[in-house]
Amino acid sequence: MSWRLWLPFLVFFAFLGLAAYQLTQPRDDVVKSAMIGEALPYFDLPPAVSEQPGVASADFSDGRPRLLNIWASWCLPCIAEAPQLEQLKEQGAEIVGIAIRDKPEDVARFLSQHGNPYARIGRDDLSEVQLGIGSSGVPETFVVDGSGRITYQHVGDIRPEQVPILLGELRKAER
Amino acid sequence: MIAELGLAALWLAAALAVLQLSCGALSVWSGADNEIAQLTRPAAILQGGLVGTAFGALLWVFGITDLSVKLVAMNSHTMKPLIFKLSGAWGNHEGSMLLWVTVMALAGALIAAVERRLPERTMQATLAAQGFVALGFYAFLLLSSNPFERLAQPAPEGLGLNPLLQDIGLALHPPTLYFGYVGLSVAFSFAVGALVTKQVTPAFARAMRPWILGAWTFLTLGIAAGSYWAYYELGWGGYWFWDPVENASLMPWLAATALLHSAGVLASRDALRVWTIMLGVVAFSMSMLGTFLVRSGILTSVHAFAVDPERGSFILFLLALYIGGALLLFALRAGSISEGERFSVASKEGALVVNNVMLSAILAVVLLGTLYPLLTEAFDIRVSVGPPYFNPVSAIFVFPMLAVMAVGPLLRWRRDNWGRISRELALTAALTIAAIGLLAVIFGMAVLPLLGLSFAFALGVASFLPLRGRKLTRVPLATWGMVIAHFGIAVSLFGMASESAFSEERLAALEEGQQTSVGPWQVRLDGVEPIAGPNWTALSGRLLAAYKGGEAVEIEPQSRNFWAPPQQTTESVLVTRWNGQLYAVMGGEGVDGRWQLRLWWKPFVTFIWYGGLLIALGGAFALVGRVRTDVKRRSAERRIAARRRDEEAML
Amino acid sequence: MRLALALLAASLAMPLAAQGEVPPAPYAYRQLDDPAQEAQAQDLMETLRCLKCQSQSIADSDASMAGDMRHQVRIRIAAGEEPEAIRRWLMDRYGDYVSYEPVMSATTWPLFAVPALLVVIALLLFSRRFRRRS
Repeated sequence: MSWRLWLPFLVFFAFLGLAAYQLTQPRDDVVKSAMIGEALPYFDLPPAVSEQPGVASADFSDGRPRLLNIWASWCLPCIAEAPQLEQLKEQGAEIVGIAIRDKPEDVARFLSQHGNPYARIGRDDLSEVQLGIGSSGVPETFVVDGSGRITYQHVGDIRPEQVPILLGELRKAER
Repeated sequence: MIAELGLAALWLAAALAVLQLSCGALSVWSGADNEIAQLTRPAAILQGGLVGTAFGALLWVFGITDLSVKLVAMNSHTMKPLIFKLSGAWGNHEGSMLLWVTVMALAGALIAAVERRLPERTMQATLAAQGFVALGFYAFLLLSSNPFERLAQPAPEGLGLNPLLQDIGLALHPPTLYFGYVGLSVAFSFAVGALVTKQVTPAFARAMRPWILGAWTFLTLGIAAGSYWAYYELGWGGYWFWDPVENASLMPWLAATALLHSAGVLASRDALRVWTIMLGVVAFSMSMLGTFLVRSGILTSVHAFAVDPERGSFILFLLALYIGGALLLFALRAGSISEGERFSVASKEGALVVNNVMLSAILAVVLLGTLYPLLTEAFDIRVSVGPPYFNPVSAIFVFPMLAVMAVGPLLRWRRDNWGRISRELALTAALTIAAIGLLAVIFGMAVLPLLGLSFAFALGVASFLPLRGRKLTRVPLATWGMVIAHFGIAVSLFGMASESAFSEERLAALEEGQQTSVGPWQVRLDGVEPIAGPNWTALSGRLLAAYKGGEAVEIEPQSRNFWAPPQQTTESVLVTRWNGQLYAVMGGEGVDGRWQLRLWWKPFVTFIWYGGLLIALGGAFALVGRVRTDVKRRSAERRIAARRRDEEAML
Repeated sequence: MRLALALLAASLAMPLAAQGEVPPAPYAYRQLDDPAQEAQAQDLMETLRCLKCQSQSIADSDASMAGDMRHQVRIRIAAGEEPEAIRRWLMDRYGDYVSYEPVMSATTWPLFAVPALLVVIALLLFSRRFRRRS
């Protein structure tokens, strides 16, 4: 009988340990994509601005790894990461953009104000590609290898110190 | 000045809590009857007055919008209506904690003032426990959540209150819940007191019962108010999401319901002693656990509170101290408390044991489902546990419990035979089966709503059976309370099942002058115009809604924009009929100049909350009945004692 | 009065701009014509988590991403996909987190084992407690 009286205490103790552990952990609300290691789903997006081509999944299978940047002109952190994208481009990364729920004139204005690091920009008005690759917000940046496989996901805006990480991931995707 | 007065009152109250704890503990340790013991009760009573003063001071600074007080500047705004300025006093972390300790101190003062039937040593232990718990909360307020903190420079204007909270629902919902939580803290103190002195008697259960009844009544009201508030304020017609914060209020209610029934067994039959003590500890643990979950931000919830891991650590520390301590005491002491009287399965106690086991199982399921994501996140795996889990899994235990609830009250204490109530059993079973059959044939419903409606019908009838063959004027108030509360469960269940089975939704994009239909309603969009309120602007739709071709009522749902803080909300409009509600929400403007409308027809949805009110009313009846009986019993005992003294004096 | 209306219009435009001015997806706020299919879609949407919001289902949210997810669910249902296949499709992209309906797996089995255990304990408790005495 008496060991059973300890049961509530032990259950409570286990909860206490768990709660204390979780309190020390930084709160992480990021929903990571489950598509890392998977091939890009099929898509074929029209161009977001008239001067540049749109984006299709077929573009990713020419053997060259790329960055796939999910962004939007109405997203404030996207302004913050613009210089870092520029820097990545200067260091040889090819960046493909997908503009989420955006109008061509807003995209054009954004690019003229904050620079245009993109090789091509697709227009995704229904977040179809975003949902298709498991992205849950803007901005997010994916590394896609030469065969069209997603190898890495970066959630949120790219900070200056994170540029080398992404370059490293690109290099890894080359092999 | 007023803010400093409030702060000083809080510090003094904390000092008195130390006095209450040490006097109570010392007198328990040294045997109760001495001068030290005389100090315990006055310390508790004075504390109630002081904390009441502090709370009054907080209301004052919010009422006059004293922007030199940080809390006011952070959470209020000069342009808010006065009622929301005042209710805003507890619409934030610090203020709501002060409300909590206020209710707690007032409850402590009340038991210190009136509760004299328990052995004095148990009372001293109880008051010491109460002082100990209060002390932790004072420390929490004063050290990490001071509501009276001043700003070096008064703010030019307040930051405002989240517009979703600028609502009469907020004025009522937290205070009622806190009354409930705090009532359970009193039950907890009684349980700890009884564990210390090992005097678990029917008198103990009778002393504890009014507090459980009161707490339970307020919890019921609080949950009902909260769910109705979410229903009309969030604008999507849902009333219960099994969200962690909602579960946090449901778990204490489940524990309190179980405690209420087991305390009844202890009071009447001197059985289930250890179990009742255990539930007394668990019920308050669930309140504190809820507070921890809500305020630490450890789980994602739609009902966001300003969260802070540091506060979370403090509450977790208090949780470890009080609940851990009480459970440790329980493990060490409960073994030497005998189990109490025995009884057979066909008896009222038997039915109440089934009820208790089922309630505990539901509690365990809700607790598991709520905390499970926390466990997997420790291993970096994120899962979601939501309605598709909670509904069917809790139903496994809910329906057997409802069946026992229908027949249990008909049984006699100690030993009964099923033959005596065979007619009532047959009636209830026949009603249930007939309803299941009819509904399945007519509507072809999903399993849960089908069972829900059938059990609601059967229980609705069965809940009145305890009154059969009795003279209604002579039925005790507490029995009326039980009947009304059980009937309330049936009513609420009916509302839930009906909402789930028969709701109709219509999403429409209308030009001005066009109309649409939802269920039996025809709704026409007459026009849309911009309007302005004290701290918001809105697009207001003018809709004409006609029920079954009858006369149209004009309703004006709005899409509101608040500017302090900037936020968009939908002000839904509800048209209530006896048989349901039309729920109308104004959406945005589409590209083609049409307006988005969301309409629902929810048959009998209001019964959910009518049922909740009935349950609370039943609790209130039982409370009044019990207190009245207790007062009578005590005055009778006093008369007998006086007569005996007289007789002894004559001899 | 004019000025007030102008101010009003300006303040109304603001939150819309923040969401992006592109209108919501066609089926974000539009029901399927077939009531049976719409009911299927509704049941599914109520059990999918909106990834942008704090703990709301996509059926209860005004976030644009929730609208896009509703659109996906409705057009897929209309195209004849099974609700569970759509849930699977989303779980393949976002993990178990996106679904409010936990599936039995190596990480979630206790969610199902514990209630079963509770049933067993309850039955044991009743049979022992009541047989002993009667």
